[in-house]
Amino acid sequence: MIPEIGHFSLILALFVALALGTLGVIGGQQGRADWMALARPGAQALWALAALSFCCLTYAFYTNDFSVSYVAQHSNSKLPDIYRIAGVWGGHEGSLLLWLVMLCSWMMAISLFSRQLPDVMVSRVLAVMGLVAVGFLLFMLITSNPFLRLSDIPPDGRDLNPLLQDPGLVFHPPMLYMGYVGMAVPFAFSIAALLNGRLDAAWARWTRPWATAAWICLTIGISMGSWWAYYELGWGGWWFWDPVENASFLPWLVGTALIHSLAVTEKRGLFRSWTIMLSIIGFSLSLLGTFLVRSGVLTSVHAFATDPKRGVFILLFLVVVVGGSLALFAARSGKVRAGGAFSLVSRETFLLINNVLLTTAAAAVLLGTLYPLIVDALNLGKLSVGPPYFNSVFAPLMLPVMFFMVLGSYARWKNDSLAELGKKLRPLAIVSVLLGCSAPLLAGPWSWLVALSLTLVFWIVLSSFQQIYRQLKDSVNWKAIPISYWGMHLAHIGIAVCVVGITMVKGYETEKDVRMGIGDTVEVAGYTFKLTGISEVAGPNYNADRGVVELIKNGKVLRTLEPEKRTYFSSTMPMTETAIDSNLVRDVYVALGERLQDGASPAWAMRVYHKPFVTWIWGGCLLMALGGAMAALDRRYRRKALASKALSQGVPA
Amino acid sequence: MKPRHKRAAMIVGGLAALGLAAYFVLNAFESNLVFFFSPTQVAAGEAPKNRTFRVGGLVKVGSISRDNLTVSFIVTDTAKEMGVSYTGILPDLFKEGKGVVAQGKFTADGKFVASEVLAKHDENYMPPEAKDAVDKAQKTMKTLK
Repeated sequence: MIPEIGHFSLILALFVALALGTLGVIGGQQGRADWMALARPGAQALWALAALSFCCLTYAFYTNDFSVSYVAQHSNSKLPDIYRIAGVWGGHEGSLLLWLVMLCSWMMAISLFSRQLPDVMVSRVLAVMGLVAVGFLLFMLITSNPFLRLSDIPPDGRDLNPLLQDPGLVFHPPMLYMGYVGMAVPFAFSIAALLNGRLDAAWARWTRPWATAAWICLTIGISMGSWWAYYELGWGGWWFWDPVENASFLPWLVGTALIHSLAVTEKRGLFRSWTIMLSIIGFSLSLLGTFLVRSGVLTSVHAFATDPKRGVFILLFLVVVVGGSLALFAARSGKVRAGGAFSLVSRETFLLINNVLLTTAAAAVLLGTLYPLIVDALNLGKLSVGPPYFNSVFAPLMLPVMFFMVLGSYARWKNDSLAELGKKLRPLAIVSVLLGCSAPLLAGPWSWLVALSLTLVFWIVLSSFQQIYRQLKDSVNWKAIPISYWGMHLAHIGIAVCVVGITMVKGYETEKDVRMGIGDTVEVAGYTFKLTGISEVAGPNYNADRGVVELIKNGKVLRTLEPEKRTYFSSTMPMTETAIDSNLVRDVYVALGERLQDGASPAWAMRVYHKPFVTWIWGGCLLMALGGAMAALDRRYRRKALASKALSQGVPA
Repeated sequence: MKPRHKRAAMIVGGLAALGLAAYFVLNAFESNLVFFFSPTQVAAGEAPKNRTFRVGGLVKVGSISRDNLTVSFIVTDTAKEMGVSYTGILPDLFKEGKGVVAQGKFTADGKFVASEVLAKHDENYMPPEAKDAVDKAQKTMKTLK
């Protein structure tokens, strides 16, 4: 019964979304206030239906209802509770449902926090998102219904892929989806602006916090995925330029460009078409990511579906969305374009340079991701593009971004003088170069790449501190400094922190594969690892060999690490669980490989890593997200809300 | 500066940046494409002699031998076979009779040494390249019969 309710509410949701989309668009064009007024309750109803459907599926998982095909394939009665709930999005159908719930949650949020927006804007934004929801609902109902029943009810489920039985599954997909789907919000705002034929500073002010919110979720989602891939052996480490990683990184790059371009549109009324274009590209890349990941053209742990019908559907949907919005853009962008002058040396220019660099980087990553697929589709052979390509393209594009970032935050809007900027920044540049070139000497062998990127790190951090110091000195009351100012600097420092991690890991990491018997030791980067024993342990749904490894430095045992090799009951698939000792300046990492020798003196293959500063990579991402949150929560986005509310209630504002 | 000049300067700057980026991209792209060959293609001498490439198929049953951390095994597409050796920890899902893709190079004495062995994701999963290689080999054999 419960699964049928879930299915039924999906069908209802389709009609609600359809009504919301058509009434919103037509109502907006014809100026019908009564139709427009339906947008908010419509979005809320849609959310309620999607949430109900999601709860039904969760209930089916929780109660081990193996009559539901999807549950039977992705769960098992022995699965621990937490994975039984997270298992809802452990497969194709359920993750689409999660996608839909996220989309509806963004709509719900807009319907609640949009008092300051004119009704026509709200109804158009919600209508566009409603149409996107129609696409996804059709996709689910036609090709991937999570509530399909089985006629032969299996006694037990096939179990969740053991690779996915990890805390990472609980947090990474929802957060990433929140970000992916969040790109639909600035997209909807842009389409609404094109329909309105008006795009002004107010529009940018409404859109900015939403775009930033989506970007925050993407940032956290990607960094959690990176962390998961890092501690899971065999997934290639914290970043491997896997096509699926790239699929999430592309909207992030474009989203980063977008939030900065929106700043220019809000403050100066410039870059309007560019902003619109970026929001269209950003959402298109989110959809492309879904296509790549979900259609099975890329095989990875993320690809569940290999049903060609599904791929074709998403591809068609992609064509409709991208084609439709680009056509609208072509027809209407003339109306929203506006000229404002700015000189070659100004904040606008530096933001524009970084925008171009970020989008170029996105294009380069896209090329490397799509090229093998295109070649394969044209039957020209099979090939892959290795991480060295991405590394050698990405670094030269990102290092200048770090350089211009500082200029962008220093320079004045509209017009600044190069001489004056130079005078202000010269001491900073000299100190950064000195620190950046000497810091690698403390870490290990000197290399110019490490020195260059550490120089840029100091350049960013010192300039932020200097700017904050000046701001504090100049302002009478530090409370008057808007919170978004702190947010910007925090996010920029986050980039620097992240780059420290990447640079140090790339420059100074050590990895060793060794053969170890009981009592053997291996030395890596000043640490001694001693295998003292291996025991068999039983988990809730697996058996494991657990190694006990002492981590020794200067003759002192720091702690013991316990890497495991697990075999899950429901499949014969082995799983390696790594053991990591983490602190602020380094991680050491031990993984238990296969048994090389049985008998009286057994031996195992072991992998031992030393990764300096690796946690800074994710720490930096968290700082970026926190900075973004501070920027999105700035009072000025809400002050307007209060004022217009007061106005609508007849109170003089 | 006149607006017209400014626009021109921006366009020139933009094109220059784009050109530079295109240079980096294509340069790196060329040298980092890794092509895939099936054991049949390798046997026919199609694989490059001193460039990294990928080979894939099934791990031949009974062909795995270990010498400490170095593992040697045979990759087959059911028509032709090819020996591969690899030093290090193999992925969890590396198994006899299952699909595998190995990336590496021929050494001077004609041995294929893998720097990376891919066999992952799921026990029923088969790397698409490996599956393709086996399918093609079996098709050719059928037509030959």
